[in-house]
Amino acid sequence: MSSLLHAVFVAPFLDMAGSPTFFAEVFLGGVATGLMYSLVALGFVLIFKASGVFNFAQGTMVLFAALTLVGLMERGVPVVPALVLTMAVMVALAFAIERIVLRPLVNQEPIILFMATIGLNFFLEGFGEMLWGSNVKRLDIGIPDQSFMVAGIQLNQLEMSAAGTAAVMVTVLAVFFQRTRIGRALRAVADDHEAALSIGIPLKTIWIIVWSVAGLVAIVAGVMWGAKSGVQFSLSLIALKALPVLILGGFTSVPGAIVGGLIIGVGEKIGEVYWGPLVGGAIENWFAYVLALVFLLFRPQGLFGEKIIERV
Amino acid sequence: MSEATAPGTLLLSVQDVTVRFGALTALSAVSLEIRRGEIVAIIGPNGAGKTTLLNVISGFYQPDAGRIVFDGQDRTRLRPPDVAALGIARTFQNVALFKGMSVLDNLMTGRLMKMRSHFLLDAVYWGPARREELRHRKFVEGIIDFLEIQAIRKMPAGKLPYGLQKRVELGRALAAEPTLLLLDEPMAGMNVEEKEDMSRFILDVNGEFGTTIALIEHDMGVVMDISDRVAVLDYGRKIADGPPEQVRKDQAVLDAYLGTAHE
Repeated sequence: MSSLLHAVFVAPFLDMAGSPTFFAEVFLGGVATGLMYSLVALGFVLIFKASGVFNFAQGTMVLFAALTLVGLMERGVPVVPALVLTMAVMVALAFAIERIVLRPLVNQEPIILFMATIGLNFFLEGFGEMLWGSNVKRLDIGIPDQSFMVAGIQLNQLEMSAAGTAAVMVTVLAVFFQRTRIGRALRAVADDHEAALSIGIPLKTIWIIVWSVAGLVAIVAGVMWGAKSGVQFSLSLIALKALPVLILGGFTSVPGAIVGGLIIGVGEKIGEVYWGPLVGGAIENWFAYVLALVFLLFRPQGLFGEKIIERV
Repeated sequence: MSEATAPGTLLLSVQDVTVRFGALTALSAVSLEIRRGEIVAIIGPNGAGKTTLLNVISGFYQPDAGRIVFDGQDRTRLRPPDVAALGIARTFQNVALFKGMSVLDNLMTGRLMKMRSHFLLDAVYWGPARREELRHRKFVEGIIDFLEIQAIRKMPAGKLPYGLQKRVELGRALAAEPTLLLLDEPMAGMNVEEKEDMSRFILDVNGEFGTTIALIEHDMGVVMDISDRVAVLDYGRKIADGPPEQVRKDQAVLDAYLGTAHE
């Protein structure tokens, strides 16, 4: 019994202290993955904040963006023009979604809008595969998947570039939505549609802006994950990892998405490396969901979400 | 002051407006004229169509028939944001504040229409955009002083007592410097003291800024005290329109309020 307790509560920490360099590598690897989760979660938060819609299609948007980029590059378009074209496609998609899906459903229950995004999800999946094919594609953005050393710590070049890009993107978006007038308008729309309309905030414009930004976030996420593990259908499943991030951070909080992503990224990596052997591994696969479950029990509004008070 | 903006000239004209919700006719051929500088009260029993009328004017409902002319321009088919851009601001019956924002942010958001630099260019917060922000901040602070809400300016609007929320909502509407201000039951649920304050603010807004005001109100004492003209709706029709003392004695109005069968 005591040996079991020792193995669970003492030995892993001794391992960490015993090899700080290795611990730093694991930790930074977790930060890198976590930032990528944050990026996907951010796409959800933006849309949820502005329209109260949980966008089921966010993961597929990531896949669609990556497919479009790879498809263009396979047809001989260089990286930079291909990226610009993909951005244009995602913005066009935002316009189309506002016009075809959101506008006819304005003032409907959130559940109706949610169902509409499920439809959108299947459409994008099929449309993307129809256009670009369904085989696994390699995405080469010119950053080698190699390691380099900093202060005795071994780091992966691709992972670190991805983390850096995600960090910049997340910071820019946070500033954009916290400090600018568009951010204020966005918060206004999230708080009260009617009042926002009455003071002259055009709902349509706000929706197009948020869906465009969510599309751009999807490109970055798609490129980073795609470069790492190939562009394929399973890319859309990272949306499932964003869900626990949202539960941790709160559905309406931009800082929450960032911190939530980091906690899950770092937590699952450390759990896998130090506690994994005890249970035969694969902690990485369920850690996020168990943590989310604990949060749902004790703090359902998340770390940064607004407290839910139901008056009866 | 030019001829067109002089007090007493026609500002808004609602012409034979009809609104139907399925089989229910909420407004049937209602006409109403509002002149510059007036305070017009719209009264009537519950379900008479008062809020519907306000919603049509502010673009939330589209009339099934009739026309709305504002400032000499036909604007029957405009949507709420376009109406706001024309200089019509409103408050809501059940207070529609941005509950998560501070009082100050609520008022700053209300000023959105007055901010000159373009929506998208504003992404660059520094330089001109920042100077503009400071200029608007000054104006908003003026409103805060005017409404005597200095003490609560940093508080989240949702945490305030109901009476103060109504006052903040008035402030947000004023931040847009409206030509026409529409108030939907500005004194509902208030105690006597709060009602007196609100009446004073409405009269001051009208007197100091020359804002034209149309308001829906149930408290007859208040209506008779502050309005220049009273329009009475009943079952979606306008049954009286005139100075308060005349409307008070109108037989149709008395019947609508007291019920003819119980005399």
